Amino acid sequence: MADSKAKPGVLLDIRNLRIEATVYPPGEAPKNIVLVHDVSLTLEKGKVLGLIGESGAGKSTIGLSSMGYGRGGVRITGGEVILNGRDILKGGKEGFRKLRGREVCYVAQSAAAAFNPAHRLMDQVVEATLLHGTATRAEAEKRAVALFKKLSLPNPETIGERFPHQVSGGQLQRVMTAMALCSEPDLIVFDEPTTALDVTTQIDVLSAIKDAIRDTHVAALYITHDLAVVAQVSDEIMVLRHGRLVEWGGTRQIIKEPRQEYTNALVSVHEIEHQEQNPGATPFLSVKNVTAAYGGGHVKVLKNVSVDIYPGQTLAVVGESGSGKSTLARAITGLLPPEQGTVTFDGRPLANRLADRPKEDLRQLQMIYQMADVAMNPRQTVGTIIGRPLEFYFGMRGRERDKRVAELLDEIEMGKGFVDRYPAELSGGQKQRVCIARSLAAKPKLIICDEVTSALDPLVANGILKLLLNLQQHEKVAYLFITHDLATVKSIADSIAVMYRGEVVRYGSKSKVLTPPFDAYTDLLLSSVPEMEIGWLEKAIKGRRMASAGN
Amino acid sequence: MSSPILKLIAQRVALGILLLLAISVLIFAGTQILPGDVAQAILGQSATPESLANLREQLGLNDPAYVRYFHWLGGVLTGDLGTAMSSGQDIATSIKGRLWNTLFLAFWAAVVAVPLAIILGLIAVRYRNGWVDKLISGLALASTSFPEFFIGYLLVYFFAVKWQIFPAISTVYDGMPFGERMQAIALPATALTLVVLAHMMRMTRAAILNVMQSAYVETAELKGLSAFAVIRKHAFPNAIAPIINVVMLNLAYLIVGVVVVEVIFVYPGMGQYLVDHVTKRDVPVVQAVGLIFAAVYISLNIIADIAAIVANPRLRHPK
Repeated sequence: MADSKAKPGVLLDIRNLRIEATVYPPGEAPKNIVLVHDVSLTLEKGKVLGLIGESGAGKSTIGLSSMGYGRGGVRITGGEVILNGRDILKGGKEGFRKLRGREVCYVAQSAAAAFNPAHRLMDQVVEATLLHGTATRAEAEKRAVALFKKLSLPNPETIGERFPHQVSGGQLQRVMTAMALCSEPDLIVFDEPTTALDVTTQIDVLSAIKDAIRDTHVAALYITHDLAVVAQVSDEIMVLRHGRLVEWGGTRQIIKEPRQEYTNALVSVHEIEHQEQNPGATPFLSVKNVTAAYGGGHVKVLKNVSVDIYPGQTLAVVGESGSGKSTLARAITGLLPPEQGTVTFDGRPLANRLADRPKEDLRQLQMIYQMADVAMNPRQTVGTIIGRPLEFYFGMRGRERDKRVAELLDEIEMGKGFVDRYPAELSGGQKQRVCIARSLAAKPKLIICDEVTSALDPLVANGILKLLLNLQQHEKVAYLFITHDLATVKSIADSIAVMYRGEVVRYGSKSKVLTPPFDAYTDLLLSSVPEMEIGWLEKAIKGRRMASAGN
Repeated sequence: MSSPILKLIAQRVALGILLLLAISVLIFAGTQILPGDVAQAILGQSATPESLANLREQLGLNDPAYVRYFHWLGGVLTGDLGTAMSSGQDIATSIKGRLWNTLFLAFWAAVVAVPLAIILGLIAVRYRNGWVDKLISGLALASTSFPEFFIGYLLVYFFAVKWQIFPAISTVYDGMPFGERMQAIALPATALTLVVLAHMMRMTRAAILNVMQSAYVETAELKGLSAFAVIRKHAFPNAIAPIINVVMLNLAYLIVGVVVVEVIFVYPGMGQYLVDHVTKRDVPVVQAVGLIFAAVYISLNIIADIAAIVANPRLRHPK
């Protein structure tokens, strides 16, 4: 099969890959855009190449091109993809089908969505193996069970009988890795396999993937936007931006001695200097012994939680998904009336239910959400969106309102030109800025930020954090900052509450909470945050005192 | 089978029974609101007040409405649907044969229409936006857009008059041999199939296309499955609930909505029976047929609900 172009030991050789797509802007003629501009890469057998970049950098598109797959009408229009010595782009549809699931397998970002809810796990895991006829069903299932064991899944003998909804997200991600390994491919494309997981679960999955790659000698393309994660598993790293190659080198070189400015920006992201403020004399908002539950009191999600927020300061609430962080916000805003306990504001208790609170109380507490695009009415302009709280709370109209909208746009570092734009015409970071401006328009004392940077690329998220800190200085607004990302917490918090299964397990000023000795959970949380250092993963796994809840 | 599923099914069935009771009240009330009463209808306009009063006494029409309702309901529950005024025949006996005929016609129309609609839907998804898809959608929409009497007469013109393959009038009688019976219903069954085909086919197509956006369909494609295998194995099982729903609605239509087709082909089914007796203002028959149609509708929808519950793996296999 090998032709003269093949280099010995090289599994995948992509040459001058060009990928295009046709976009249909409303009211305009369809136009062609180039997603990937003549990118080349080579991958040796058994090696791992990390593809890193922000969203839109073309990393997934390049990864999928190794399977001849284009998502949603994306077309490969130039270059060669040489896999095992032949150009797969010349093989046609039949050729693609023969290599997919056989030579190259894929691990998706969200295994929870990538498994078919209607079939048992085992049927899905062995499907590709049986389809390509590389093993009998009995052999394939034996292989799958061995892989479940290797990926340290609980009950490896019987987990295959379960349906996807009966297994946790972290476990599903490992089952998906087993699914990819089951047909013994030469190459696996990992597409952000740990991004959707909690940091404490991510570390388990990451280490399972790393061990599996090492033991099976499979080669991998590891796609992520998190440099610290990719540094743990890759031999080499390729940095991409806007569909072009920025830098390609050994892992150590990329993270220690980046040669390009953009790589350097990625490496040093999150380094925001924030001087912790001492708590003032009296908090303006106190949550006292709040207990809250869903399902008519059956599922307790907050247990006896007490925290204080001081004027102009930031309280960060950290914990993994299901720890009750967002529920705390819902209890404070009155969306979920607490069963017990009180929320006091300016020395007086707030009504439990949102409907019982006067307009003035509503104005004082504003929220910003993770998904900026669904938090805005897509049919309203930026001006209308920001102007609405001005009309609603202050009765501003006409020129007065427009002037204030312009001021607010200025504050979020967006020009006047955005007033007439619709949300769909904004980037992710700009959308979040508009949401910030909308909450500021009410002149609140407290803004609750629920994972506001989680859906954003690191550099954009960094910009948002800096903006929030600046605004805090000017407007003296306090933040309740909900996040699962400890690096963010370090950049922005004055005090921290660590939550675990509905309880606050550690609470105090930032320096106090982040200084040892730690309780077991805080230790797990802190030690699970990937660090940009080769060998960090092994060290972290070794030093752990408790298993993560995702297992 | 686990308890939450049984509970859900029991809830659906109980709700269905409650709904049917409510409808029986409505049907009864509706016929009461009409001017005149049964005695008037039987005796006609020339009746003397005395004879009217006598007959009312005899039929129990002077009792309060709720007493008469429960009397009627009690009869229905014990299989006594009353007596037709126009002919004096027992309604239950006359309906039995006709209901059987209607079900027979509906059954064979469904046996052809449902699989055909689903297969055409699958094919349309496989070749979506191509000419095959457009052809299937176009033909199906055209057949639905024509009124059923038009389709009926077209069929009669070609198959009965011109080519003389099937009879134009679908006469069936007790003890008719199966083969002849099938030949008799060929044209009305075809007309019904053409009427319901498009709705089910379009819904199948839409439901599956909706699922085709899912990440697990991409996973299946990346395993190297052929396009048709992806649709059949991974998309279809997850689109089953809406498809069953629309299939059941159409089955219900086949039974309760066949009036026009039955009249065209002079087929002795429920629809014709209903139309006949509406014109004669035969209230007890209208009530009985209305109730049976409601029962058919509700039970088919319960079946659709239950099928959707059973098709959901989250309910079948709780955590």
